[in-house]
Amino acid sequence: MPVLQFEERKYSVADGESVLECLTSQGAVVPSSCRSGACQTCLMRSVDGTPPAISQTGLKPTLRAQGYFLACMCRPTMNMEVALPGEEVAPRTSAIVVNKELLNADIVRLSLRCAKPIDYRAGQFAHLIRTDSLSRSYSLASLPSAEGQIEFHVRRLQDGAMSGWIHETLGVGDTVEVAGPFGDCFYVPGERDRGILLIGTGSGLAPLKGIILDALRHDHAGPIHLYHGSWKPEGLYLMDELRQLARRHANFKYVPCVDADATDGILEGRADQIAFQDHPELKGWRLYLCGHPEMVKSAKRRAFLSGASLQDIYADSFVICTPR
Amino acid sequence: MSLYASIGGEAAVNAAVEIFYRKVLTDDRISHFFDDVDMDRQAAKQKAFLTYAFGGPNKYSGKDIRSGHAHLVARGLNESHFNAVAENLQSTLQELNVPKEIIDQVMAIAASTHDDVLNL
Repeated sequence: MPVLQFEERKYSVADGESVLECLTSQGAVVPSSCRSGACQTCLMRSVDGTPPAISQTGLKPTLRAQGYFLACMCRPTMNMEVALPGEEVAPRTSAIVVNKELLNADIVRLSLRCAKPIDYRAGQFAHLIRTDSLSRSYSLASLPSAEGQIEFHVRRLQDGAMSGWIHETLGVGDTVEVAGPFGDCFYVPGERDRGILLIGTGSGLAPLKGIILDALRHDHAGPIHLYHGSWKPEGLYLMDELRQLARRHANFKYVPCVDADATDGILEGRADQIAFQDHPELKGWRLYLCGHPEMVKSAKRRAFLSGASLQDIYADSFVICTPR
Repeated sequence: MSLYASIGGEAAVNAAVEIFYRKVLTDDRISHFFDDVDMDRQAAKQKAFLTYAFGGPNKYSGKDIRSGHAHLVARGLNESHFNAVAENLQSTLQELNVPKEIIDQVMAIAASTHDDVLNL
């Protein structure tokens, strides 16, 4: 008889019983509604292995890749350790600052080397934690490396407690804590010929850059089109690096956009609007949307209405923490 | 054969759910009810609703439907909105070339939720 490990307790699974039935009949609290694999209310995560394929039907590929499954559809044949979303404890490690470089007036590239490499996918995010426990989330712009080196792009916010400290005080050789990874906005290998459209504003470029590098590393063959927007040309960054990347890879296109004062090689207009004008039909495309929450929200809706499947739209809203 | 099997089971729900949700989002009569919802969660709810309307294996109760719509009734959800959603469901099925007698059965199940949705 298989045994489930859930919240520090063990539950034995009766013959043919689902994870949901097993846990709730023995007193555990797991939210559920339709109990037929449709509504996804009973989403859980397998901590120690791949859940049965049928219990992952209908989930986004990035959720499947992280071991998420529907408890009502999962009839375990072997022992499993399971958790509710958001309740898993993220691995934590200390990390040392190995490089700090201004990318434009407001954004710094922070390179850290983790004492214990974290197992992440480019485009996910992690918490940076200062010794006094002040903590903020930043997207991972790097590809995972054996040396445990990771990269963040930190935009300096007005009165930003963490970003101000990172920009002004944190120096090479200093130590911070990193916890993560989190999030389901990343590249999933396979289906190499499909188009990928990426739209980002400000430091929303960070996860997108990581996702692009990951796709290219996996020899993604379909078009990869990046639209990066800012309000003025000086808000853009990594332009040379991205233009070089476009020269090396025929399927990668980079379109920098600004709201005003466009100079040579930059389009004037909002990045999302220009991207959707260039791509009126998005059936079969994968979308990655990162940055300003309003942009992400409206772009998600527009992408769906332009024919993209919701399964293929990955979004990461950069919500600003307001100081207490 | 059950209604759910004759309409094509889960494959039919998958084919219908995004067409249906796009219609709902672009219908000015009702789209404002969907402005501030998480689209992934909402699509999952639409899928659960279609599974139910297609005679599928959901274990919904009138109480679930009632409590799930109470906040919308408070925001003015009424008969005309209910009918608009039903129209969108019907045109989705027509677009997918579902035979008329099956559409009629689906619409009857949808109509049976009327009092619970509107909290009557």
